[in-house]
Amino acid sequence: MPDPMRIRANVHADGVDVRVLMSHEMETGQRKDADGSIVPAHFISNVTITHAGKTVLSAEWGPAVSKNPYLQFKFQGGSKGDEITVTWVDNKGETRTDKATIA
Amino acid sequence: MRPGRREFVKLSGVFATLAAIGLLGEDEARAQQLAWNKAAFETKNLADTIKALGGSGVAESKDIAMTVPDIAENGAVVPVAVASAIPGTQTIYILVEKNPNMLAAAFTLPPGTEPGIATRVKMAQTSNVVAVVKANNQFFVASKEVKVTLGGCGG
Repeated sequence: MPDPMRIRANVHADGVDVRVLMSHEMETGQRKDADGSIVPAHFISNVTITHAGKTVLSAEWGPAVSKNPYLQFKFQGGSKGDEITVTWVDNKGETRTDKATIA
Repeated sequence: MRPGRREFVKLSGVFATLAAIGLLGEDEARAQQLAWNKAAFETKNLADTIKALGGSGVAESKDIAMTVPDIAENGAVVPVAVASAIPGTQTIYILVEKNPNMLAAAFTLPPGTEPGIATRVKMAQTSNVVAVVKANNQFFVASKEVKVTLGGCGG
């Protein structure tokens, strides 16, 4: 099971600020290893973030997103104590879901 | 007579089916339902990317605010933030002009989510970072040059 994500969600005057740090190689498929053979592409392709059953962000990524991806955004309508759920799926079909409580 | 092999085999068959429907089935279905625009992630220039995203043209906009460093010391981790003031913003795309493939990421922001995003991308070399915004099914663009001292694609 891939490493857990670090998720911070905080209520601000203008919305809930969400910051996520994921743990993933984000291998581009361009790199060669010590033998000279190409390291195959292995990267998060989709991210879905939901709150109260509603999607607040969805993303399609390519391998150019940095290793151990970071993302930050804001949404309205969340309150302290609510839960948000972050899910990623990568190009090999591996997936990871983590939840966090809005502070 | 004690429950024999028949009962046991019948039961495990039931369990196997339930497991397939309940666990495996869900995850696989979810993975397959998630769209990933392969064509858009393989384009080499802006015009082709816009076409792959379903647009016919793109207009420059002063309402797209980009926050990027002037000089990125490490091309593997370049912070990029984009905020759109264009009404009806649906999706924010981040592209790196001189990368092997231009499109790095696409963020869809439903109503109720602020039309802004921050993330980190890889840049192969000094290049323009291009922010494309899809608003009301039209495409808008802004760009900023980022100098890269150490390229970020490895090798």
